[in-house]
Amino acid sequence: MGINPDLAGRIYPAGESYQVGREKIREFAAATKATSRAHYDVEAARKLGYSDVVAPPTFAIIIAQRADAQLIADPASGIDFSRVVHADQRFTHHRPIVAGDELLAELYVDQIREMGAGAMITTRAEITTVGGEKIATTVSSLLVRAED
Amino acid sequence: MINFDTLEKGQVIGTHTVTVNRADLVRYAGASGDFNPIHWNERFAKEVELPSVIAHGMFTMGSVIDLVSTWVGNPAAVIDYQTRFTKPVVVEDPEGTNPSDFEGTTIEVEGKIGALDAEARTARVDLAVSANGAKVLLKCQAVVQL
Repeated sequence: MGINPDLAGRIYPAGESYQVGREKIREFAAATKATSRAHYDVEAARKLGYSDVVAPPTFAIIIAQRADAQLIADPASGIDFSRVVHADQRFTHHRPIVAGDELLAELYVDQIREMGAGAMITTRAEITTVGGEKIATTVSSLLVRAED
Repeated sequence: MINFDTLEKGQVIGTHTVTVNRADLVRYAGASGDFNPIHWNERFAKEVELPSVIAHGMFTMGSVIDLVSTWVGNPAAVIDYQTRFTKPVVVEDPEGTNPSDFEGTTIEVEGKIGALDAEARTARVDLAVSANGAKVLLKCQAVVQL
């Protein structure tokens, strides 16, 4: 089955909220070999003016990929996850993510472009707090390779 | 702190190296929730015509930004960050190595000022990222608020 071209323009509403934990920020920072103290040490983060430890610049990928999973799992999408390659990624931060944030992600399918027998899918996650404050916009392009 | 007024386009802000072994990929998989087996299972990776296990593109993107975060002194100053993933970073597991302390693949990073916006007081840092002698990220750009 090929990619459903009618996916373009589709919006997946935010699912369950994502609770940003202090230990998760520390774990993600360590896993990306980030060395800034503000990811690990509450006092270091407070000295920079933040209420708690600050997420690394790519931390929002956790939330964005959870949102993308809705699209990939949608039987109507026709996407075979084992054939997905990450083609490009962008993060625009409206304000830093800190421990204690409770976030929602609404997913927009911005573009479907056929590439031979495969397709390039561009999705955008609009990440906000549960109170509606804009936090980050992430844009991902996924290349779905054609089946042999 | 970085003084915006002393920055010049083309200026090198520094270089950085990141090493990545299989254990690092397992740790990143757990931290990020991305358990695609091409990042930890060599048999599966080869079955889908990859040379071997490859690093998550997001591991590479996530780790090379440390150069910028430490240069500016505040990781949250990175207000925009983007890249294209051009070539996979292959992470081998050679015979006779200890999986927990084998150095693995070296990713090399150089950051240069690509653009300055005096009104917004932002600098765009362009990152040149290579591994195994090939460029692995393209148009890897971070905008920092100064």
